[in-house]
Amino acid sequence: MSDAAAPVVRLEHVVKTYHAGAVDVAAIRDISLDIPAHRFTMIVGPSGSGKTTLLNLIGCIDAPTTGRIEVCGEDVGRLRDNALADFRARNIGFIFQAFSLVPVLSAYENVEYPLLLVGMAAAERRHRTLAMLEAVGLAAQAQQRPNELSGGQKQRVAIARALVKQPTIVLADEPTANLDSANGAAIIALMRRMQADQRITFIFSTHDQQLMSHSEETFVIRDGMLMRHEEGVGQEEDKPAAPLARGEAITASEQGDR
Amino acid sequence: MLFKIAFRNILRNRRRSLMTGSAVAVGAMAMLVFGGYITYIFSAFETGLVQRIGHLTVFRSGYFVFGAGNPAAYGIDDYQRVMRTIADDPVLKPMIRVITPTQSLLGIAGNFSGGNNAAKTFLGTGVIPSNQQRMRQWNEYDLPLPETQGAQLSDDAPQRGLIGGGMARILGLCQTLKMLDCPAPPPSHDTAPAAPVDQNLASLAQSELSSGDVKNASMPQLDLLSATASGAPNVVTLDVAGVAVQGVKELDDNFVAMPLALAQQLVYGRGEHKATGIVLQLHRSEDMRAARARLQTLIAAQHLDLEVRDFAELTPFYVQVVRLFSAIFLFITLIMGVIVLFAVVNTMTMNVMERTNEIGTIRAMGVRRNGIRAQFVTEGSLLGAIAATVGVLLAFVVAAAINHAGMTWLPPGNATPVPFRLALPSDHPPLLLGTWLGLVLVATVAALLPANRAARLPVVDALRHV
Repeated sequence: MSDAAAPVVRLEHVVKTYHAGAVDVAAIRDISLDIPAHRFTMIVGPSGSGKTTLLNLIGCIDAPTTGRIEVCGEDVGRLRDNALADFRARNIGFIFQAFSLVPVLSAYENVEYPLLLVGMAAAERRHRTLAMLEAVGLAAQAQQRPNELSGGQKQRVAIARALVKQPTIVLADEPTANLDSANGAAIIALMRRMQADQRITFIFSTHDQQLMSHSEETFVIRDGMLMRHEEGVGQEEDKPAAPLARGEAITASEQGDR
Repeated sequence: MLFKIAFRNILRNRRRSLMTGSAVAVGAMAMLVFGGYITYIFSAFETGLVQRIGHLTVFRSGYFVFGAGNPAAYGIDDYQRVMRTIADDPVLKPMIRVITPTQSLLGIAGNFSGGNNAAKTFLGTGVIPSNQQRMRQWNEYDLPLPETQGAQLSDDAPQRGLIGGGMARILGLCQTLKMLDCPAPPPSHDTAPAAPVDQNLASLAQSELSSGDVKNASMPQLDLLSATASGAPNVVTLDVAGVAVQGVKELDDNFVAMPLALAQQLVYGRGEHKATGIVLQLHRSEDMRAARARLQTLIAAQHLDLEVRDFAELTPFYVQVVRLFSAIFLFITLIMGVIVLFAVVNTMTMNVMERTNEIGTIRAMGVRRNGIRAQFVTEGSLLGAIAATVGVLLAFVVAAAINHAGMTWLPPGNATPVPFRLALPSDHPPLLLGTWLGLVLVATVAALLPANRAARLPVVDALRHV
């Protein structure tokens, strides 16, 4: 890793198994990794490889079957439900593929919502919300509801909502998947700019080559296993393997059914 | 934000909210209109009873259970002193509107004038006419009561009385009293001599009349025979001033009202005049319990052999009507509650299903489970509150329309129709508040189940929901 600072996310032997009736499906198989702070980090892999599951575990909205996850220095496995919700409210921003804005709230209110959860004073809330809408170029659409916005505008609101509380980490699950290439490029540029301005750690799960070309750290996973870790801008999925950040890829047979 | 989201979601699902809201609003309206109806009935019923028999009556102990068969044996000794004691009591004095003695009696009434030779048993009551008229003006609930019509008793006419419509018919007084819808009796085929009691009563009446009573030529007269407290037969003549139709046939066929002095003369003759009851009419019905307690304290302190009964005890029919209507109201309330419960549960369940992804999103953003629960409960409560408020307004409109329609109805036990009215919701604040709060509570409780389901959804499952 090029950044000497402590990792913002650390996974140690994390396993996630889903129970589908009588069948156990291993979504994540003994993954250990460190994600450095202030980077544009990509988790890539084919569909069903476990990208979203990994992102959910990092985002503290799912719990591992076994293993330990540390986010922002906190062992999140030890937090109970309310504490975990508060932790997410303070430290983690989410950007979803389907935008997931609250449909009855205006763009302004959607962006303001996370600030209400951290109990910010009204004046500061208003200042930050307007500044963020300005930053994503939606000041004029502040009072419009999601159904009055285009796909690109919705994703801008979602980005503003994720960033407005200045979280430590922003997790984005396929953020450009529902956008055309022009809008996708604009959104990527926006996130790049925000990341540079606010020094926030972005962690993406994506297939999008255009987005992957901006990656500073890339974790390639397949069948729930970490196949390789690459550093540097412009890494692509098909390049030869580089040394893993921590631990090694473990095959399913070595891992067994957990 | 909680209320903003709740309110906007209610508006967002307009049609669904309208259907659920309609159920709540109609429920509120039905409960308030029916509640207004029974409130009016209870008030009218209570007013009629209090006008007639007051709130409380002091009897000699045992009269309530055994006295009906022999009222003369249950007279209150020195009732004037007892009345003064009650009327002068500093606690009771401000509560009492009218205090008046009453004498119940029974005997045989005969009409032997103008070729008639009819007699029948009667149930009589002796009252002080001016006090009775004052009691009839009691109207604590400001009801639109009809004017008292027809002949009345008078303090200045000590022999003047009123009889029930049935008794007038039986005794052949229909034409004399110019009664409508009162057929003349069919000619009798019985050629047998009149019953001995009639002959005896006629001759006794004749002898009593000759001893000094003045015959009033302008009114029909009845001879009333009763046994005095000492067991001797006694007769007085009653000038029948008019008919007081009673709502219950058995009473109408037997009813005789007369001035107290005449009743006492009949029951006690030349002996000490007593009264079977001391009637207290209070300014306000709500003082009844306190007044009764005070009366019992006074009775106990003076070692009097008396007991106190309230108008409900004296009129079991009143209690039965109240219970019947209360049971119907409870039944309607339960039905409305169940309808509202299911309507809101259905609506909120659909809301939770439709907004599962939204629930996942805001949970991921850091909203706690209780926050989700509060969101959906707030929506249920708000929907209930808005719809219940609309229902209250509708109830006002319906009640006002009915009250202005000029309808009349015949209450149970009444002889004359009275205006049909509904108490406005504002006339009965506990009913209004209870209905509104009850429906909001039901809506809130109904929202709890779907809200709990929403709160328990795993975040990742909610986010995956399409």
